[in-house]
Amino acid sequence: MSALLSVTNLSKEFGGVHAIEDLSFEVQRGHVHSIIGPNGAGKTTLFNLVTGLYQPSDGTVTLGGRDITGRAPHKLCEMGMARTFQNLQICMNMSALENVMLGRHRHLGSGALAAMLKLPGLRKADRACREQCRELMHFVGCGDYQDHAASAMPYGALKRLEIARALAAEPDILLLDEPAAGLNATETDALRSVIQKIAGKGITVVLVEHDMKLVMNVSDHLLVISYGRKLAEGTPEQIREHPEVIAAYLGGGARERQAREVPA
Amino acid sequence: MKEARAMKKNILISPYGGLLLLALMLALMPLAVSNDFHYDLLTKICLTATVAVGLNLLVGYAGQVSLGHAAFYGAGAYASAILTSQYNLSPMVALLSAAAGVGVMAWLVGRPILHLKGHYLSMATLGLGVIAAIVLNNEEQLTGGPDGVGLPPLSLFGHELSVFGEYQFAGLTFTGVELWYLLAAAVLVIAVLLALNIIDSPLGRALRALHGSEIAAQVAGVDTAKYKLRVFVISAVYASVAGSLYGHYSGFITPTVASFEHSIELITIVVLGGMASTFGVIIGAAILVLIPQFLTDFQELEMVVFGAILMAVMIFLPRGLLPSVLQRLQRGAQ
Repeated sequence: MSALLSVTNLSKEFGGVHAIEDLSFEVQRGHVHSIIGPNGAGKTTLFNLVTGLYQPSDGTVTLGGRDITGRAPHKLCEMGMARTFQNLQICMNMSALENVMLGRHRHLGSGALAAMLKLPGLRKADRACREQCRELMHFVGCGDYQDHAASAMPYGALKRLEIARALAAEPDILLLDEPAAGLNATETDALRSVIQKIAGKGITVVLVEHDMKLVMNVSDHLLVISYGRKLAEGTPEQIREHPEVIAAYLGGGARERQAREVPA
Repeated sequence: MKEARAMKKNILISPYGGLLLLALMLALMPLAVSNDFHYDLLTKICLTATVAVGLNLLVGYAGQVSLGHAAFYGAGAYASAILTSQYNLSPMVALLSAAAGVGVMAWLVGRPILHLKGHYLSMATLGLGVIAAIVLNNEEQLTGGPDGVGLPPLSLFGHELSVFGEYQFAGLTFTGVELWYLLAAAVLVIAVLLALNIIDSPLGRALRALHGSEIAAQVAGVDTAKYKLRVFVISAVYASVAGSLYGHYSGFITPTVASFEHSIELITIVVLGGMASTFGVIIGAAILVLIPQFLTDFQELEMVVFGAILMAVMIFLPRGLLPSVLQRLQRGAQ
């Protein structure tokens, strides 16, 4: 197996605060790779660095062997990277379906003249795009809202809509930022099967999530960060047993308590 | 069968149904009006609406505010004047050259200023408008200065179209003002058709996404800087064509066509009629052309009334006239 995404010695400072410090890891092609850590650990900052929304202070990011450090988000999209957001980024002035169709931007010709004259080639491509996007909305489980305005959709459906938009780009790698935040148990369960189906299509998934049950169920590999540094890395089983992870999550005292409870 | 009926309904409620309705209304308008004065107003409404439809692509759909759009309108009008009277180009060639020139100008000034956001972009476009007015006022050799400059009548395929002329077609007699109205109406219909096509395309979705969420647009692969520049150029070309036509129609232009007041009037039309509502801004244009006619006795109040209308719309109908009315109707129907 080869690494699709690799991050080397990545750092990001915000006015003296080290949000990410000297972080290195690799994401294997075809894996569901989860990044976990306490609130404020730098998970979203890491996503923003990898997807080009922030410029790193130091370090490199490569995608499929190519250096993509600090590249503009739209260029990364063309290279096969897609993402969703913890705090939704949906175009509320458009319909649900149009939001998904926006995701197919890189596959459609967008010349001004062709658009103005509604040339047959463009019209045909746009119609095909509409159908594909309808299917995608069913795939992620928000098919009922196709003809709704995005602004009329409930929160849970909007979270799925973002996933559909990201998938519409036909990415090689998909970064999901807390997709289960704000979802109830049933919705989270549905989300789990969506993530598994996405992985089943051969798309590499990087997942930032707080819902441990979900993370442990879907992940091939986990990275734990705390205060912008790598705390641990490994399979779900290894992470579950990792003393430093338990300490970071349950507080420093937990380690001693666990030590006391486990008979020597 | 059922599908066919559904399709039919879709066409009626789709924007293209609105276009059909607009074309029909414009075609039937001559039945309702009788004198040259009315035709004059209608022609001005159509040309103003053409600028507004283009500006709405930039402001209403893409969410980028321009407070200097009269500069492009003025540039089109003056370029036509200079090219026809000093370089002896035919009016149509001059109009197209002016549109191309203004497009290039918009591209050049747009590149640096469209990196600005919100108020900063507004201020930069405002500066552009002020500069245009100063240049037109002071470059007397080229522009005639504050006294303005004359334009020859428009000519189409070798036929001159003067507002004072009379023309025979298929046994019918048309006056110049009637034909000018029909020309302006046709230009407006084409302008609306092109705008609707843009809106309902990948380009249009990218533009609306700039307004909805610039970050979403970026991660979906939209090169936001490029698309802002594109819509800026498109809206400038709309203004230039309308400016050229207005110049030939009125036969005489002064730097007021590119003034700050005119830019404000254009933005008022878009906000009043309805941001991101192509048909709304046509209504907005009609209202703003007609208001001065009702205020002929109190001309100094014109700007006061514009201001008051803008405030009232912002408070009571923040989405603009047409979208707000349509929303109420829809709610009533449910």
